[in-house]
Amino acid sequence: MSEDLKILDEVTQGEYKWGFVSNIESDNAPKGLSEDIVRFISKKKNEPEWLLEWRLKAFRHWLTMEEPTWPNVHYPKIDFQDIIYYSAPKNKPQLNSLDELDPEIKATFDKLGISLIEQQRLAGVAVDAVIDSVSVKTTFRETLGELGIIFSSFSEAVHEHPELIKKYLGSVVPTTDNFYAALNSAVFSDGSFCYIPKGVRCPMELSTYFRINSAGTGQFERTLIIAEEGSTVSYLEGCTAPMRDENQLHAAIVEIVAHTDATVKYSTVQNWYPGNKEGVGGIYNFVTKRGICLGDRAKISWTQVETGSAITWKYPSVILKGDYSVGEFYSVAVTNNLQQADTGTKMIHIGKNTKSIIISKGISGGKSHNSYRGLVKINKNADNARNFSQCDSLLLGDRCGAHTFPYLEVHNKTAKVEHEATTSKVGEDQIFYCNQRGISTEDAINLIVNGYCKEVFNQLPMEFAVEAQKLLSISLEGSVG
Amino acid sequence: MLTIKDLKASIEGKEILQGLNLTVKPGEVHAIMGPNGAGKSTLASVLSGREEYEVEGGEIIFNGQDILDLSPEDRARAGMFLAFQYPVEIPGVSNANFLKTALNEVRKSRGEEPLDSKQFLKLMQEKMKLVEMDKSMTQRSVNEGFSGGEKKRNEIFQMAMLEPSLAILDETDSGLDIDALRIVSNGVNALRDGKRSFIVITHYQRLLDYIVPDFVHVLYKGRIVKSGPKELALELEEKGYDWIKEEVEALNA
Repeated sequence: MSEDLKILDEVTQGEYKWGFVSNIESDNAPKGLSEDIVRFISKKKNEPEWLLEWRLKAFRHWLTMEEPTWPNVHYPKIDFQDIIYYSAPKNKPQLNSLDELDPEIKATFDKLGISLIEQQRLAGVAVDAVIDSVSVKTTFRETLGELGIIFSSFSEAVHEHPELIKKYLGSVVPTTDNFYAALNSAVFSDGSFCYIPKGVRCPMELSTYFRINSAGTGQFERTLIIAEEGSTVSYLEGCTAPMRDENQLHAAIVEIVAHTDATVKYSTVQNWYPGNKEGVGGIYNFVTKRGICLGDRAKISWTQVETGSAITWKYPSVILKGDYSVGEFYSVAVTNNLQQADTGTKMIHIGKNTKSIIISKGISGGKSHNSYRGLVKINKNADNARNFSQCDSLLLGDRCGAHTFPYLEVHNKTAKVEHEATTSKVGEDQIFYCNQRGISTEDAINLIVNGYCKEVFNQLPMEFAVEAQKLLSISLEGSVG
Repeated sequence: MLTIKDLKASIEGKEILQGLNLTVKPGEVHAIMGPNGAGKSTLASVLSGREEYEVEGGEIIFNGQDILDLSPEDRARAGMFLAFQYPVEIPGVSNANFLKTALNEVRKSRGEEPLDSKQFLKLMQEKMKLVEMDKSMTQRSVNEGFSGGEKKRNEIFQMAMLEPSLAILDETDSGLDIDALRIVSNGVNALRDGKRSFIVITHYQRLLDYIVPDFVHVLYKGRIVKSGPKELALELEEKGYDWIKEEVEALNA
């Protein structure tokens, strides 16, 4: 092995930097899953009867379903009875100001570098932080409230805006959609709810930070975003988890509804614990994310930077129902060590003159496997639908794998569909060129990889782009810092 | 500045440099000429620390330090610069960002504070004039989509930014038209300040009309077999290398 390959190897075997455990007392449900657990969760959350029924229906359907095996990922069978389905920080805070926040939780945020106070003051980002399953504190609600924007934890929304929840919950991802969607629908504990009224342009980035803390817990959060006619919102989601030897399950659902002329931009930086170098531990990230452009000229844009999780299994999708609606997917997925990622998107063109764009950048290092899986479907009536897909893979070293599974279903002759794919390696020539200018091999790889991801990073809001770059260098660099 | 003693180097088991000696003093410009396969580019690669080359013997003393054990980046930080014959493209990384990273690494190793964006931009504007470089080139990705001439100009621009004590120009004239050759040479000449040394590797005498060397060396079969003043280059241009080859063979016979 050449020296460059050796260094590549070292830097791609970086250790997880966010692996601290917070000593917050938590209030756990007993292990396992049954109707009783579903009832327990619903009761804990003081939910109305209709929601409990909705959950139970999902649960009963889940019992009839089989775990999917089609993704290009391999892991031991999950024992769904060995998981704690509800874990809440014990001092469930009902806070009026951030000063009342549990110092431990606050310290956790500080370690994550997302001190709420800092964010409030400096960035003007409204944060809904979800530790384990209960939303801890939502900031900036008042400012948003004046515009009629609702940004709250999911549980609060259930009580405060039941009509909206009833109308939209499960309208994009039905309870019966897939195995993990059904599971989430049965046991979801909390999440975020966001409603932008007609004609309102949300004046700040809305942000949620997820963190799985307790051992043996699954995180099943649910996000629902509704953008009324002519409204605009940009939503950010960040994720981290402490180091654990056992695998933890994360099965979330995100639903987005964009009405006529509405624009929703959803950005994710996912950095769940990927497991150690030997592949022990790490998060199983099985997520269903889907948006629907209900009205004409609606636009939904997904941007994701995925550096974490032992296994990622996720396909943020857009249903382009309204005429002239637009769906976008920009993705960077990094895998190293023994990580596995099977990720991509689905663009379903139903309306006329609909457009979608897919830019996917996979980066694999170590012995990891990185798959792009995407579906572009043009329905019979989707005249003049257009899609452009570009799927690039970058290999670091010679023991990793990159795979591309593009699916195309075109049922309309006027459709234009383009697909481009490339696979490249970080070249020793590029590294040497950087070296000769005084740049170390580690920094050179970061520079080259960041350059490779630029098209996607350009889509991220400024402060998130900076964080994404940092994350990328951390996952490639090693335990620096 | 630089002393190379009995340097032997090989690649994939094939010995290319077979006991090369060269001394470069501060401020001097040395031209290295020679027929194809003589080892000219190997010399540039070995000096800059390319790892595919195996150093079998000898030493390279640079600014009083034996650099054979130093990594390429440490050699660069110590003040050695290689203008590549084939500059590499780095998609998505802007020239400015690349140079800022490089410059601040070099500054750090000299114990200097990193430049902030304003200082850096100012320096860049100043140095861009040296090679008549267009502003837009700093925002474009490193060498991506650059013409041959732009790539070479970019190399000299980088040299101007990094201010090395020794610059090695590896066939910088190859692929340049006469205008680009003039611009690149002017840039190099502007950087001749009496202290900075240059090793100019070239096939053709033409470049040496613009960058006038203090010494001309002929490299043949991995050794410097003839050295002389700048006029030697003219003689080579006129007579070719055969007479030198014959001289060497006669000596060996």
